[in-house]
Amino acid sequence: MTQARERIGDTLLALENVNLAFGGVRALSDVSFEIREHEILAIIGPNGAGKSSMLNVINGFYHPQEGAITYKGKKRKQMRPHEAAATGIARTFQNIALFRGMSTLDNIMTGRLLKMRRNFLWQALYWGPAVREEMEHREAAERIIDFLEIQSIRKTPVGRLPYGLQKRVELGRALAAEPDLLLLDEPMAGMNVEEKEDMCRFILDVSDEFGTTIALIEHDMGVVMDISDRVVVLDYGRKIADGTPDEVRGNAAVIDAYLGVSH
Amino acid sequence: MLYNFLIAPFLDMAGSPVFFAEVVISGLLTGVMYSLVALGFVLIFKASGVFNFAQGVMVLFAALTLVGLMERGVPVWLALILTVAVMTALAFAIERIMLRHLVNQEGIILFMATIGLSYVLQGLGETLWGSNVKRLDVGIPNASFEIGGILLNEFDLFAAASGAVLVTVLAVFFHYTRIGRALRAVADDHQAALSVGIPLKHIWIIVWSVAGVVGLVAGIMWGAKSGVQFSLSLIALKALPVLILGGFTSVPGAIVGGLIIGVGEKVAEIYWGPLVGGAIETWFAYMLALAFLVFRPQGLFGERIIERV
Ligand SMILES: Nc1ncnc2c1ncn2[C@@H]1O[C@H](COP(=O)(O)OP(=O)(O)OP(=O)(O)O)[C@@H](O)[C@H]1O
Ligand SMILES: [Mg+2]
Repeated sequence: MTQARERIGDTLLALENVNLAFGGVRALSDVSFEIREHEILAIIGPNGAGKSSMLNVINGFYHPQEGAITYKGKKRKQMRPHEAAATGIARTFQNIALFRGMSTLDNIMTGRLLKMRRNFLWQALYWGPAVREEMEHREAAERIIDFLEIQSIRKTPVGRLPYGLQKRVELGRALAAEPDLLLLDEPMAGMNVEEKEDMCRFILDVSDEFGTTIALIEHDMGVVMDISDRVVVLDYGRKIADGTPDEVRGNAAVIDAYLGVSH
Repeated sequence: MLYNFLIAPFLDMAGSPVFFAEVVISGLLTGVMYSLVALGFVLIFKASGVFNFAQGVMVLFAALTLVGLMERGVPVWLALILTVAVMTALAFAIERIMLRHLVNQEGIILFMATIGLSYVLQGLGETLWGSNVKRLDVGIPNASFEIGGILLNEFDLFAAASGAVLVTVLAVFFHYTRIGRALRAVADDHQAALSVGIPLKHIWIIVWSVAGVVGLVAGIMWGAKSGVQFSLSLIALKALPVLILGGFTSVPGAIVGGLIIGVGEKVAEIYWGPLVGGAIETWFAYMLALAFLVFRPQGLFGERIIERV
């Protein structure tokens, strides 16, 4: 944590006045914030506040009606999922989205697809080099498996794993892409205390060892205060606070939002 | 009466095992073709959740293109290559013109689009190559011979062998290459596949091309037996019961389902047909499918109950 904090650098991604609506529902209203290199940013807020929508905008699943997204210095109105992945954004989902029929190893290998030879359509015709390349990626995948301490479930179809381990495999798949920006949607939801501690440790290790920039959504305030460098608070689709954990903790609007004061 | 239905047919089978074997083999060969058509369906359904109504017409279109080229004096091998190229180009066009604009739409809308596609393809095929019945002769030998008293036909064996080779190649391709892994990923979870950067467009082009080539092989087999004409597209109707039997998302299911229906309907026709006045072949597949829908709706190997159609 400390190390990462010292390394915090320039803006990696900035959202400006993003507006996103689904029919009559305003999921995000005029939201602006930035994510800086190497930091761990927590996005918090009550249910339905627009946190997941935020991540979906960043990786291009949702296209905001208004606003701009500047990522790695390039400004655009919206991201596209494939572009996001190709430029170093990886993510996990609130409702685990793994390839359930595949083994842990295969799931993690899938995370490396973009690291493999670029021209996707021609790969099939390219046997020799393809096999050699496959071996290299295999090694990288094994390193991630070691890192996350999931050696024993390497060959298990992930659909059969308990929830906590599935979350871990999903993190592994995201890490396999060696992302610059890692988006985690409630990585610790539904976990017991011990599993949460493990997950916190992995997140901090990723930040320290690889310098990965991380934006995560989390409901457990203890966890948020412990691991994040900065906190953005959303409520009813608006940003109501943005600052260090200590600043946010004392913020009146945040306390109101969490205690359910009427708006 | 009961004796006639439940016992006599089996006595007949046991009484003349050679004839029974011939019936089963001829059923298997028909089954291979059903399997191929069903395989085209499954590939597309898995990768894009589209129930491709046009699969049957794709078989027709591929066969028409091949025959049309050969009628114009193109040698067989070149005509085959060109037809594969045409089917691939078609896959590109379908992605560009149709699928791309319908991403994230309801399954039923995509289904409707493929109904439209089937009319377009049929019209296009007939405009380009004419609508008369055509004879297809790709030079596969057609002599009969006997092994252990069982009468076999070279063409049938050739057809079965090429079907088997095709299926094996596809199985290896989809299981051991990274494109295969990407395809399985897409089939498993669209959103997650997008998030790891799998280009859906490419996957779609690949599966539609493969479905086109599989259709071509089915079209050649069927067309060489009974001529290339509109009715060729109707074998797709037989693929539906195969899918219900095998499960919409299972490649092995499509293959086994096709074989079961092929054999089942032949055997039923020969041994039970006379008891009910024949024509069992035309409805047997549907009855079997219905029974499956009642007792095992996910099919033999299906992963889940059909929910996308
Ligand atoms: N695809 C969608 N279609 C329609 N409405 C949506 C969609 N996605 C989100 N919304 C709406 O946008 C609002 C914000 O949802 P979002 O999922 O971003 O909230 P959240 O902060 O992640 O909540 P939670 O803590 O429950 O996960 C909600 O009112 C939700 O119903
Ligand atoms: Mg959410």
